[in-house]
Amino acid sequence: MNIVRGYLIPRLIQYVLVTFLGLSFAFLLPRLMPLDPVEQQIAQYQSFGVYIPPEQLEQIITTLRQLYGLEGTLLQQYAGFWGRLFAGDFGPSLAQYPASVIHLIRRALPWTVGLLLLTTVLAWLIGTLAGGMAGYYQRSRSMKVLDGVAMVVRPLPYYIMALLLLILLTFIVPIFPMSGGIGIGRIPSFTLESIKSILMHGILPALTLVIVGGVISFQSMKLIVQGVRSEDYVVYAKAAGVKEGTIAYRYVIRNAMLPTITQLGLSFGQIFSGALITEIVFSYPGIGWLLYNATMNGDYNLIMGITCISVVAITTSILALDLLYPLVDPRVRYR
Amino acid sequence: MSVFREFLHDNRFAVAFLLLCLLLFLVILSIFSPYHPRRMYQVPRSLPPSWEHPLGTNRLGQDVFWQLTFAVRNTLTIALIASLTSRFIAILVGMVAGYRGGMVDRVLMTLGDITLVLPILVVLILVSLILRDWVRQLTNLGLLLAFFAWAWDARVIRSQVMSLREREFTFVAVLSGMGTFRLVLKQYMPFVLPVAFTTLINNMSYAIGMEITLAYLGLGIDPSVPTLGTMLQAAIYRQALFLRLWWWLFTPIVTAILLFIALYWLSLSLSEYLDPRARIQRIGLR
Repeated sequence: MNIVRGYLIPRLIQYVLVTFLGLSFAFLLPRLMPLDPVEQQIAQYQSFGVYIPPEQLEQIITTLRQLYGLEGTLLQQYAGFWGRLFAGDFGPSLAQYPASVIHLIRRALPWTVGLLLLTTVLAWLIGTLAGGMAGYYQRSRSMKVLDGVAMVVRPLPYYIMALLLLILLTFIVPIFPMSGGIGIGRIPSFTLESIKSILMHGILPALTLVIVGGVISFQSMKLIVQGVRSEDYVVYAKAAGVKEGTIAYRYVIRNAMLPTITQLGLSFGQIFSGALITEIVFSYPGIGWLLYNATMNGDYNLIMGITCISVVAITTSILALDLLYPLVDPRVRYR
Repeated sequence: MSVFREFLHDNRFAVAFLLLCLLLFLVILSIFSPYHPRRMYQVPRSLPPSWEHPLGTNRLGQDVFWQLTFAVRNTLTIALIASLTSRFIAILVGMVAGYRGGMVDRVLMTLGDITLVLPILVVLILVSLILRDWVRQLTNLGLLLAFFAWAWDARVIRSQVMSLREREFTFVAVLSGMGTFRLVLKQYMPFVLPVAFTTLINNMSYAIGMEITLAYLGLGIDPSVPTLGTMLQAAIYRQALFLRLWWWLFTPIVTAILLFIALYWLSLSLSEYLDPRARIQRIGLR
């Protein structure tokens, strides 16, 4: 029972607290701003040259206030915000009117989750293995080349990387389709054609995420292994005549690989943002693309919904990673 | 000067330094631009690079080279505002949290954790959508970016100050009647500044990346003010790729890539210099 009290409960409290504060922040942020979204919406209509008679204007303002949940005092709004959040109700989307926000999100979520899960695991595996080898076999020529490539790719943000791949592999060398998650007019199903189309559309976004994420893992793993390889137990193993390959893989790399999982958890917010922007560049039909359309149309409800869902998704996946970690790493078993 | 010469032996530093000098030269050149940065149709449209227009002209009738000089200047301005402000916040929060400890520390660190956990891109989109008119100014965008970039470094500085607090020289200073403010400023600042400086460079990189990303979404800075982001956005939005105006599209992309690489290599060689262990490793490998 010590595990529960010593580790699990404090961690769960932290999770609830951070999620709660994060969501409150998302609630408060638009309300702290000096501008009123309703007034802005009206100004937008009027900038199109639409004449609205005063009594109709009044009506529009009250309707919009209801839609945005901006009625009553701040405290009432806040209570209403939590009520709707627990019911999973973010109101209707303003740009795609009758569709509800939660419906749109539910439709887009599988694409993002699939892309993100696959690429994060792949990037981590490839990045840490290559980084481990580059750290251990520092003097090998191929590792130096790999290191050189990493030095150039590492500072590039997701957006630039995605754009480069897009221009290179769909325009200059047209191998992959330019946009979308599946061929136009197709409905995702478990036929061979459909799966092939999904794969072809997914390769470039996935490649972007794997390259950028992989290089980050590569660099940090390389540094860790460089530190570990000069430790006593490695020198001892060498002196005892253990084979070089065995030392590298079984003693050093495996040893250094697990702590990078924690780093992965810490940078998950950034990885998520990167996935969103990559989706936008490739018009991939996930949350990022939804967010892009929402910003283009000023769909305030949808953006609010996506923000809340993202906060919960990120804190929850960090929690999951933290709780699963001791199962993988015997050195930090719950004490 | 000898330190600088030692730095130049590091190839990465030399390359980064050269690139940054080149970009700074562009910034200075922007003062002498013959064209107005925001006006359109000043030169013939869609000309390929020539002597008269070194990087060609775009579809909006602007000279791409002179446009670039303004873009680099504005982008670097945003990056500097964002990173200097966030360094200031990070040092302040880190020192207060580390030195005071207790409740203050917990509150400040939780606040920082929230900005770390939030999906930055989504939040930035939300804010810049609501504050569309406010964010259009260079300074304001810089301040907005700064607000989400201090937490990690505040944590690093906090742990550093926490360990400094237990050192003997702190006790000596306190016992000899040095005020808290003077103690922190005179005794701790020299330890904290190197960290702040290397993270400053990384932070500039982050701010530039975010500026470009937001501009691509049509948010952030006023689209008619040239920055690397708005230049790229204009080229993509007006289909430069399909019109085969490659000089228009690739100028901001290549410049951004060079800038990112220069900043990264600079920060690498600086942090290596500041961490003697890494320096020994490098010399030993030669």
